[in-house]
Amino acid sequence: MGNKQTIFTDEQLDAYQDCTFFTRKEILRLHGRYHELAPHLVPMDYTNDPDCKLPLALIVNMPELKENPFRNRIVEAFSEDGAGNLSFNEFVDMFSVLSEMAPRELKAIYAFKIYDFNVDNYLCKEDLEKTLNKLTKEELTPEEVELVCEKTIEEADLDGDNKLSFTDFENMISRAPDFLSTFHIRI
Amino acid sequence: MALNHTFDLNHPLLEAGLESPVNEDTVHDSFSQLIAEQSDNEGLSDAFELQQLQRDLDEEGQDNVVRLSRRRHDDRDRRKHQRNEEWEDDERQTDTLMGEQWSSDTLKVLSSMPSRTIGRSRGAIISQYYNRTMQLRRRRQSRPSIRDFSRSARPSIRGYGIEADITDAEGVEVSKRDRLVNNLQNLSVSDRVRMLRAMPLSVAEKSELRRLALQKERHSHSGRRIPCCSQLKYYIIIALRHSWYSWLSFLHSLQLWQVALKRVSGRFGTAVLSYFLFLKTLLFFNLLLFLVTGVFLVLPQAVHPPLLLDGRRRFSGLELLTGAGYFSDTVMYYGYYCNYTLHRSCRDNGGEPNMSVSNGTRLDCVLGHLSYKMPLAYFFTIGVAFFITCIILVYSMSKSFGQSFTIDKSHSILAMKVFCSWDFKVIKKTSVKLMSENIFIQLKELLAEVSYKSVQNTTCQKLGRLMVHGLAWAICIANTAACVFGVCRFSEYMHQNLQQSSRADLAAKNPLLNEASLLAVPVLVSLINLLLPGLFNLAAWMEDYDSPSVPTYVSISRNLMLKVSVLAVLCYHWLGRVAADPESIGLTCWETFVGQELYRFLLMDFIFILLDTLFGEFLWRLFSEKVLKRRRKPVFDIARNVLELIYGQTLAWLGVLFTPLLPAVQILKLFLLFYIKKSSVMMNCQAPRKPYRVSQMTTIFITLLCFPSFLGASVCVTYTMWSITPSTSCGPFRELKTMFQAGKRWVEELQKDNPNLSALAMAHAYLVENPLFLFVGAGIFLIVIYFHSQVVDGQRKIINLLQEHIENEGEDKKFLITRLQFIHEQNRTHTRRVKSQDSSC
Repeated sequence: MGNKQTIFTDEQLDAYQDCTFFTRKEILRLHGRYHELAPHLVPMDYTNDPDCKLPLALIVNMPELKENPFRNRIVEAFSEDGAGNLSFNEFVDMFSVLSEMAPRELKAIYAFKIYDFNVDNYLCKEDLEKTLNKLTKEELTPEEVELVCEKTIEEADLDGDNKLSFTDFENMISRAPDFLSTFHIRI
Repeated sequence: MALNHTFDLNHPLLEAGLESPVNEDTVHDSFSQLIAEQSDNEGLSDAFELQQLQRDLDEEGQDNVVRLSRRRHDDRDRRKHQRNEEWEDDERQTDTLMGEQWSSDTLKVLSSMPSRTIGRSRGAIISQYYNRTMQLRRRRQSRPSIRDFSRSARPSIRGYGIEADITDAEGVEVSKRDRLVNNLQNLSVSDRVRMLRAMPLSVAEKSELRRLALQKERHSHSGRRIPCCSQLKYYIIIALRHSWYSWLSFLHSLQLWQVALKRVSGRFGTAVLSYFLFLKTLLFFNLLLFLVTGVFLVLPQAVHPPLLLDGRRRFSGLELLTGAGYFSDTVMYYGYYCNYTLHRSCRDNGGEPNMSVSNGTRLDCVLGHLSYKMPLAYFFTIGVAFFITCIILVYSMSKSFGQSFTIDKSHSILAMKVFCSWDFKVIKKTSVKLMSENIFIQLKELLAEVSYKSVQNTTCQKLGRLMVHGLAWAICIANTAACVFGVCRFSEYMHQNLQQSSRADLAAKNPLLNEASLLAVPVLVSLINLLLPGLFNLAAWMEDYDSPSVPTYVSISRNLMLKVSVLAVLCYHWLGRVAADPESIGLTCWETFVGQELYRFLLMDFIFILLDTLFGEFLWRLFSEKVLKRRRKPVFDIARNVLELIYGQTLAWLGVLFTPLLPAVQILKLFLLFYIKKSSVMMNCQAPRKPYRVSQMTTIFITLLCFPSFLGASVCVTYTMWSITPSTSCGPFRELKTMFQAGKRWVEELQKDNPNLSALAMAHAYLVENPLFLFVGAGIFLIVIYFHSQVVDGQRKIINLLQEHIENEGEDKKFLITRLQFIHEQNRTHTRRVKSQDSSC
C-alpha cells in the first residue's frame, strides 16, 4: 500500500515497534485515530517529525476516554508539558502503556502518576479524596471519605510517613491480580 | 562549577553519618548507591539554593568560609531559608521522627530515599535502567569488554567519589545515558526490545536511545573487521527479525472478534468479558483437536473411502438432531474407519503382512510407496491430541495460578478497592454510572466491616444459620441424587426398550420414530441441566451469605456436583451397558452408537442453551420491563454460563475417540454461541452488581476445565482404549482385543521386519504395557507437583523474611537519620558557641 509509506518511514515504524507494544498496523491505525481528532491540524506525513500537539480537550473526547472519570489525569500524566497537550508520540505512549501487553511495573508507574493529582510524587490525602470522589461520583459523605482515606493510607503505607510513595503503591498493586486486566484500554 | 564542587565535599560528612552501627552491608550499599545516583541528579536543582547560600557566606566574611563550607547547612539563614521553602513544599506531613529542624544533609538523605526517587526524574529512571541492563547482561554471561565503555564509564574501584568529580550535572546525565546505550547495545535483540518497551520514558526518548544503540552497533560492526560469516549471521538475524515481526502482525490481524470483545468490555467490563475470553480459549482448544484429527484421520480416510456394504441411507432431516441414519457411515464416526493400511502403491500390497479384511478395496494405485496404517494412526492421533491438550491446559493453568493467586495475604483490601477497582475498559455511560455506584456500595460495605469488625452472633443465631445451610445443602444434594437416579433408570428403560424393539424387529417398521426416541435421554439430561441450577439459586437465596464471594463458590460446587454425577452415570451407561453387550440392542458397532449419543448430547446442550437465552434472558427482560415495570435488567450469570461451556467441552473430549469430527461440531457450536450470547448480553443484560474477582475466577475455571473435565474425559478414553473390546465388524480396531493392541502389533511387525529393533519392542513392552510405568509416571508427576508446592512455600517464607527486612531497614534508616540530625545539632551548637565567642571577643 502506497500511503503506508507516506505517513512513516520504515525506520520510524521499526522504532515504534521496538519501543511500544504495538505492531506496524496498529501504529498506523493509531495515527488514523489521532488524525481523526483534528484533521486540519495533524499532518498525514510524519516522516520528518512535525511538531504538532493536540490539546487535552480534543483527546479527552475520544470515546475510549470520554466517560472515564480520570480522563484528564490520564492525558496529563502522559503529556510532557503536564498541561495535557499530546504529541503523536505521547499519544502512542499512552495507549502503549494502557495496552494489554504492558508489564505490571510500567502500568503501575503511570497509574501512580494518574492518581497523583497534585503532582508531588506522593499519593497524599488530598489525592485520595479526589480519587474517591471521582470513583463514586461524590456520593460518599465527607466523613466517609475521610475514613476511607485514613484506612487506605494505614493499610498501604509501609514507611509510616502518612502518604503513599510509589514503593507503597507498587507493593499494593502487586497484590491486586486484577489490576493488569482492568488498567487496560482497548483501542 | 565551583558551587557544585563545594557541595560534593559534603560526601565525607554524609558518609560519616551513614556509618551504620548495625554492620549491615546491604543497607550501607543501597544507601551510598542511592546517594551517588541522586546527588548527581539533584545537583542542578540544588545549585540555586547553594548560590544563595554562597552569597550569605560571602556576606559573613572570608575566614569562616573554609570551615563553613564544610558545614554550611548549619548556617542559621540557610536554615530559615530552608524552612521557608523546602520544608513547606516537601516535608509538610512527614516527620514522626523528630521536630521540624532538619538539616540540609538530613533532607538530602531523605529526598534520596528510594521511595521518593523512583520514577521521579529522568536521570533516576535512566540510572535505574542502567543498573537493570547491567544485571541482565551479567545474568546472560556476556561480560562487556572494557573497551566498550567510554573511559569515564569503565567500572572501577574509583567509585562514587570520583563520579562526583564530574561537575556538570548535565554531563552526568549524558554519560549515564551513554552507558545505558552501551549496555543496550550489548544486549541481545529480544532483551533490548523488552527493556526498551518496559522503560517508563516517552517514545521519543526511547527511540533516540534505540537509534543510538543501533548506530553504535552498526558503527562497531563496520569499524571492526568482521569475518564474512558473522556478517552473514548479522544479516540473517535482521532478516529473521523482520520476518518475525511480519508474522506477529499477521497473527495479530487474525485475532478473532476483536471489535466484538471491545464492545462487550466497553459495556460490561472485565467480568463479563472473561466469559467470552473463556469461550475463545475453548474454541482454540477445539480448533487444535480438529486440526490434528482432521489431518491425520479424516483426510486420509476421506481420500480413500472404504467400500460400503449397504447403500447410503436416505437423508431425512432428523439426522441433524440424532446424528444417526444418513451420517452413520461417514467419516464422522469411528465405524467408518478401516483397519488396513492405506496405500498409494499396488506393488507392495502382496508383500505387506497387513490384516486387511476387505481386500477388495484396493485403493488407487498411482505411484510411490506411501502407506498409512489406519489403526495405528487412529491410536496415536487420539493419544497425541490428548497429550498436547493436556500440556497446554496444565501450562495455562500454572500461568493463571501464578498471575492470580498472590502468595502473601495481607489486608490492604480498601486500598486495592480504591486504586484497582476502576475498570478502564468500560466506556459506556450507563455502565460507568453503574460501576461507580457499585464501587460506592462496596466501599460502604468495607467501611462498615472496618468500623464494626465482626458482629457477635449468639449461639442461637449461629445454630439457626447452620440449620439453614444444612437444609439448603440437603435440598440440593437430594435433588441431584434424585435427578441422577432418574437419569440412570430412564436410560436403563430406554435401553430395554431398544432391546425389545431390536428383538421384535420393530425398527424396520418405523425407523423415524425409533430414531426420535433416541433423543429422549439427551433431552432429559439437558432439561435437568437447565432447571436444577435455578433450584440451586433459590436455595442460595434462602441461605443469605455474608461474604459476596461465598455464594459464587457454593453455586459452582453445586452445579459441578450435578454435572459430574450425571456424566458419570452416562459414562457408566455407555461403557458398562452398551459396550458390554452391543448385540442385545441390535448394534453391530457400539462405538458409532456412543459417538452418536455424544453428538446428540452436545446438540441438545446447545439447543437448551439457546432456549435458556431466549426464555431466561430475552423473554424475562421483556416480562420484567413490560409487566413488572422494573427498570432493572437480568444479570448475566457468568459462573453458570462458564460451567455450561465446561460441560459441553467435556462431552466433546469424551466423544473424540468415537466421533473424530466432534470437535468440528463443537467449533460450530461455540462460534454460534459467541454471537448469540453476545447479542443477548448486549440486548438483555446489565453489568453484574456483585464484585467479581476476574483473574481468580478465571483460574478456577481453567482448573475445573483441567481437573474434573479433561481428566475425567481422558480417564474414560484411556479406559476404553485399554480394556474394552472393540466391535468385531467395524472400525479400525476390529479383530483386536483392545484398541491399545494396535500399537503392540505394530511393534511386533517392526521387530519381524527388522530384528535390530528388538530394543524398541522391549521398550514398548516394558514402558507401555507394564502398569508399573504408569505408576512411575504418575509418581514423577506428583513429585514435581510436590516440589513446586515446596518452592511456593519457600517463596512465601522468603517474602516474609524480606518484609521483615524492609521493616528493619526502615528502622535503620530512621535511626540513621536521627543520628545524622543529632550530629548536625551538635555541630550547630558548637558553631554557635564559636560564634558567640567570636562576637564576645
